[in-house]
Amino acid sequence: MAEQAQQLKITTVDSKRRWEFVDLSELAGYRDLLYFMVWRTIKVAYAQSVGGLAWAVVQPAIQILVFTVIFGGLVGLESDGMPYLLFSTVAVVPWTYMSGSMGSASNSLIGNVSLLGKIYFPRIIYPLTPILSQMVTFLISLVLVVAVLLYYRVVPTWNILLLPLLIVYMMLVPLALGLWLSSLAIRYRDVGIIMGYFLRMLMYTAPILYASNTVPEEWRWWYVLNPIVGVIEGYRAALLGSASPDMFIRWDSLIAGIVVSLVMVLSGAVYFRRMERVVVDVI
Amino acid sequence: MSEKALSVQDVSKLYRIGSPGSDKKNASFAERFLYKPVANLKKYRSLYKFSDAEMAGDDQSEDVLWALRDVSFEVGRGEVVGIVGKNGAGKSTLLKLISRITPPSKGRIEVHGRVSCLLEVGTGFHPELTGRENVYMSGTILGMRKREIDAKFEEIVEFSGVGKFIDTPVKRYSSGMSVRLAFAVMAHLEPDLLVVDEVLAVGDAEFQRKCLNQMGEAGNSGRTVMFVSHNMAAVARLCQRGLFMKHGRLEVDSTVDEVVYQYMLEGGSSASERFWEDIEEAPGDDTVRLRSVRVVSDEGKPTGTIDVGHAVGIEITFDVLEPGQLLSPYITMVSDAGLDLFSSSDSNRQFLEVPREVGRYRTVAWVPAEFLAEGAHYIRVVMRAMNRQALVFKEQDVVAFNVIDESNTGFGTAWWEGKPKGVVRPALNWTYEYTEPEMVIEG
Repeated sequence: MAEQAQQLKITTVDSKRRWEFVDLSELAGYRDLLYFMVWRTIKVAYAQSVGGLAWAVVQPAIQILVFTVIFGGLVGLESDGMPYLLFSTVAVVPWTYMSGSMGSASNSLIGNVSLLGKIYFPRIIYPLTPILSQMVTFLISLVLVVAVLLYYRVVPTWNILLLPLLIVYMMLVPLALGLWLSSLAIRYRDVGIIMGYFLRMLMYTAPILYASNTVPEEWRWWYVLNPIVGVIEGYRAALLGSASPDMFIRWDSLIAGIVVSLVMVLSGAVYFRRMERVVVDVI
Repeated sequence: MSEKALSVQDVSKLYRIGSPGSDKKNASFAERFLYKPVANLKKYRSLYKFSDAEMAGDDQSEDVLWALRDVSFEVGRGEVVGIVGKNGAGKSTLLKLISRITPPSKGRIEVHGRVSCLLEVGTGFHPELTGRENVYMSGTILGMRKREIDAKFEEIVEFSGVGKFIDTPVKRYSSGMSVRLAFAVMAHLEPDLLVVDEVLAVGDAEFQRKCLNQMGEAGNSGRTVMFVSHNMAAVARLCQRGLFMKHGRLEVDSTVDEVVYQYMLEGGSSASERFWEDIEEAPGDDTVRLRSVRVVSDEGKPTGTIDVGHAVGIEITFDVLEPGQLLSPYITMVSDAGLDLFSSSDSNRQFLEVPREVGRYRTVAWVPAEFLAEGAHYIRVVMRAMNRQALVFKEQDVVAFNVIDESNTGFGTAWWEGKPKGVVRPALNWTYEYTEPEMVIEG
């Protein structure tokens, strides 16, 4: 008994507010909870719906069709010399993931007030849950990408090896914004009000509807700072390499995007850590 | 016991209740529009930031509330500690600090090992999930690992009595079923420190008993438990030690009997003795006045705590001011739950026939040993003048006392069935006859 007690981890809580990183070892201790939270979110989202997980495919499919008809057909936007449907699908599927998980992650603390006040577990689990659970939806919606690639008989190039890196990078973006915005939203509900405009702004400043070569070259340095740009250009290069000569890997947006995301994830984790302590008092 | 499970050092918790730099009432539109955001920026920050003056406590600022003030105590491994106090005394805040839901404003808390905190029944339950899924969900939220739940799953289902409905969504359960399942998960937690708020308030009597027993076992098995409740019988039964909180301060840190007694004293009218110094203020009229009521032990000493093995006396002192009165005082014993247990009137027959002389009367109603159940008991004292069919006074909850089972005999109470059931636990006289087999005449 005495030896057992010696091994007990001592947790200290005091009033000091420090600048420190999210406690990853503590999070590791709660990995089973994270797993069940992710799993619960997926299960509850589709509970008692006839469509079930099929909605993961239908939602982006409708979005793609609307974009294709309006921007590809009516407006006639230039799409790097390939069918607009192909051009759009490869961008809309990752964008749907990023915008969805970003919105949910940002709302994750203020949306769980009752749970926050009843029980303690590492609060980072709240924003991580939508980021991971919507990953499942994303993987299912890749069916759309595969279907469109097969339909247009696009043969992947070696660029496809970039895909795992792109998926990780794509998750960093909502994580970065989710950490910052969820902890800012504790104090300022303005975040929730601005969120819709903010997401639309991110979308218009990334090459989702239009081709990135329509952006003037002298703006490019600013343009690539939006981490969404690197993700979308990356997906197009990785999957559509053979469809158009314009589809090459643009390292500038990829590297800039990853660096910007990482800086925001790391700083966001510190800010989140600082705010998570007082969340229950402020919210 | 020598090992620490929890140490709370000079902990204070402040909340801001008003809005600092309160809004100007007659501000112009432009002022509101332009300056309000700046003011808000400061305001939201001030919700968790306090000035040094506020922290020192010398600032009598009205918008700061001290939910806890300089609370210090230590809990050893295996102790079961009850926290009592009125609403707003800081009990729940203390539990929230210990379970890390919110940080202290001052001071330091050290927890040795894993904490599970039960502030409500069914944390993490989702109606769309099945019973099985909710067991895993709730279990992990309360701090269990998946493999621990795997190992205990059968036991949890058994305990809940949910049985074959375990794979049915919880939204189809009756409320009783989901509470039982939720509690079954809680009952199987094995944290180093278990923190329990008034969760016993839900569920039926049967469930509450099961709940108390399970928590009692938690204590016996060397687990450390911190327990908040308004149910004094439960506190007295489960805990050895008590903390009595008042206005955010720790008033008494002592044995559970002492603490329960202090709590009842705080109830205002529920001290174990009550005197009326000023005869004009005393209950009664020009013919008779109540002067004091006391709870006394079988040794005749005033007391607030009685062991089940001892008799307890309710001593009533009253002054008869006018001759010719046929006076019959009586008491009613009221349980913790507000149930009238019994009434008893003065058994001295002569006072119903012979008027009392003017003077002071002291009478004691003796409640036998091995009769009252554990828990708080309140006394109502009534005086009736039989000669004029008048109710002279009727005093509710004049005094109170706590019955404990310190000698822990439990003998004659079917103790193997768990804690004694019912509102009283009398030791009855059982008689028997024995007949040898060959003497039994069949048919």
